[in-house]
Amino acid sequence: MQVTIENLTKKFGDVIGAENLSLDIKDGEFVAFLGPSGCGKTTTLLMLAGIYKPTSGTIRFGDTVVNRLSPRERNIGMVFQSYALYPHMTVYKNIGYPLKLKNMQKKEIDERVNAVANTMGIGDLLDRRPGQLSGGQQQRVALGRALVKEPDILLFDEPLSNLDARLRLTMRGEIKHLQHDLGITSIYVTHDQIEAMTMADRIAVMSGGHLQAFDTPEALYDRPKTLFVAGFVGNPPMNFINVEVSASNGHFVATNGNMSLDLSKERGEKPATAGNSVVMGIRPEDIQIAPDGTVPAEVFVVEPLGRENLVDVRIDGESILLLADTKADHKRGDSVKLKFNMNKAQFFDSKTGKSLLWA
Amino acid sequence: MEKKAPDSRRNILRANLTAYGFLAPAGILVIIFFLIPVLLIIYLSMTNLATTNFTTNVSQMEFVGLENYAILLRDQFAGKIFFNTVFYVLVTLAIFNVSLALIVSLLTMHIPRRAGFAFRAIWILPRITTATVYIMLWRRLAVEAPYGIINQFNTLLNQPTYNYLDARPWEFVIMANGFIGVSFGMIIFTSAIESIPKDLMNASLVDGSTIMQRIRFIIMPLLRWPLLFVVTYQTLSLLTSFEQILLLTNGGPGLYDTEVWSLTAYHRALSNYFGNAQWGYGSAFAVVLVIIGVVLAVIYMRVFRFNELVAEPKIEVL
Ligand SMILES: Nc1ncnc2c1ncn2[C@@H]1O[C@H](COP(=O)(O)OP(=O)(O)O)[C@@H](O)[C@H]1O
Ligand SMILES: [Mg+2]
Repeated sequence: MQVTIENLTKKFGDVIGAENLSLDIKDGEFVAFLGPSGCGKTTTLLMLAGIYKPTSGTIRFGDTVVNRLSPRERNIGMVFQSYALYPHMTVYKNIGYPLKLKNMQKKEIDERVNAVANTMGIGDLLDRRPGQLSGGQQQRVALGRALVKEPDILLFDEPLSNLDARLRLTMRGEIKHLQHDLGITSIYVTHDQIEAMTMADRIAVMSGGHLQAFDTPEALYDRPKTLFVAGFVGNPPMNFINVEVSASNGHFVATNGNMSLDLSKERGEKPATAGNSVVMGIRPEDIQIAPDGTVPAEVFVVEPLGRENLVDVRIDGESILLLADTKADHKRGDSVKLKFNMNKAQFFDSKTGKSLLWA
Repeated sequence: MEKKAPDSRRNILRANLTAYGFLAPAGILVIIFFLIPVLLIIYLSMTNLATTNFTTNVSQMEFVGLENYAILLRDQFAGKIFFNTVFYVLVTLAIFNVSLALIVSLLTMHIPRRAGFAFRAIWILPRITTATVYIMLWRRLAVEAPYGIINQFNTLLNQPTYNYLDARPWEFVIMANGFIGVSFGMIIFTSAIESIPKDLMNASLVDGSTIMQRIRFIIMPLLRWPLLFVVTYQTLSLLTSFEQILLLTNGGPGLYDTEVWSLTAYHRALSNYFGNAQWGYGSAFAVVLVIIGVVLAVIYMRVFRFNELVAEPKIEVL
């Protein structure tokens, strides 16, 4: 089912839940809503579910405007962070509840519940109450309940936030697999950008109730259109340095104090026109500690991540994060030389926060 | 952590002392204001203490064993009063204290918050009004023309007028008590409904329920514990409170028409028509009431499977 959102706004009195959102989601697509806590993800999801009535704007499922339809008329399945299992019902009754509400025959309910439970690997838990299940099992039941009525659209509200890291990894794969196999249009709300990056076909980045960007994970990572997106997507986060970009006879440089970095024409041409109010962004993996580096710095903290080390270095007192090989044994206080991969550098207007490269 | 030596008797005692220390304030209150009065009443019910042989010296009271209970069993009005009580408690509880309280809670939870709050605040008024004032309002409503408010309408519409407290005493006794009773259940049910997680309420709608189906399949089952509490508490409360009936009909209009058990205990012990207060006999009525109350409370706990409700929660493992 195709989902089209136009100028969608929800206000709670003076508080803005979400404002002027427009995006369209293709049939069978897996879209993540990504943003910090309080940015309006849940509000948007609940409008799609029909729990909240939009203040203005329209929501279309296919060609139908659903603004005025009640949740039960929308044929959606939803998975909540708290699982929201009915504590007084067994697993069987929980999963069968949406079917019972459709006045389905007992026999058919039985078949469908068993089929879904077996897919989810909870076939042996049907007689238990939610209180007797582990978090992971509860999440599977919640997923089963959302899937059992064969919904047109699946909504997920931070479904993995309450699970431990390992289980989260497993469930991440399972949900993605399931969605792919069933081909149900899915909207997945999360504040965890790794979840969004790994699972979604496209990511809608939100902040302060507004849509910041809506694009594929690769595009958001390589070509962020705003400072907010650049800083929010990617872990460890992108480094930002105030620079001045200048051109002299076809040669582009970004300078800050006595740091001077050469730029290619593609990267340097547009920022050079913006004068001195430019923010340069560079990801930690695009900076190396190398003997032939050009920027002197001092090692401040080394955090071993296992596969690599996260190194916090200081350039004139300013903090820069980079990823270094664990074999190169850097220590606090070491003087090092940095090499920037300037072909990956991003440039933003420091006043508007807009990208100077990907307008 | 280092391993501790097996607890000595002294340690166990000390640990328990702390627990008893915390229980003491509540415990002392229960002993002074419940246990001791009950024991006194039980003793009094086995004496023939009355106005004629009044004494405050316990040792001088005349012990008569179960004599008062034997008299009670033979009392020609006891049966009528007993069934009056059952009727009054069941009807008030069923219509007002539980059903209407539930309906008001559910209705006010489904309308805008402020309106719901205002509506519920109005329902509290009967409870916080002094019983005498509150009953005066009901009397004013019910009495004969030209004062009775209902009768003023009857007059306006050229209908015959009645003294409603004579014509329909039970209706007025039950309504007067019921409207107070509603507010208790309403407060309990409203807060119980409000404490149901929002996600659960939303999940039900997304799963395809109507508002009514959500009430039936989700809200009502989750109200089992507050329902038990309200039914138990209000049964006991209705069994023992008599001041509204005393003020409204005083058990009348005819002989023992609206007399209930607790009112009889009061009449016998403290306000006999013939100026002869029979403390001993009245106490026997009161003791019967205590026994009925305890038995009912145990039955309610069985019916609502209290043990399941207080089952130990499972420790969360992921
Ligand atoms: N029912 C509500 N009443 C008032 N304000 C709300 C309500 N729901 C959400 N908000 C506000 O709307 C904003 C967005 O909330 P929400 O959508 O829950 O954020 P997120 O899910 O992204 O963490 C927040 O400022 C929040 O306080
Ligand atoms: Mg949220």
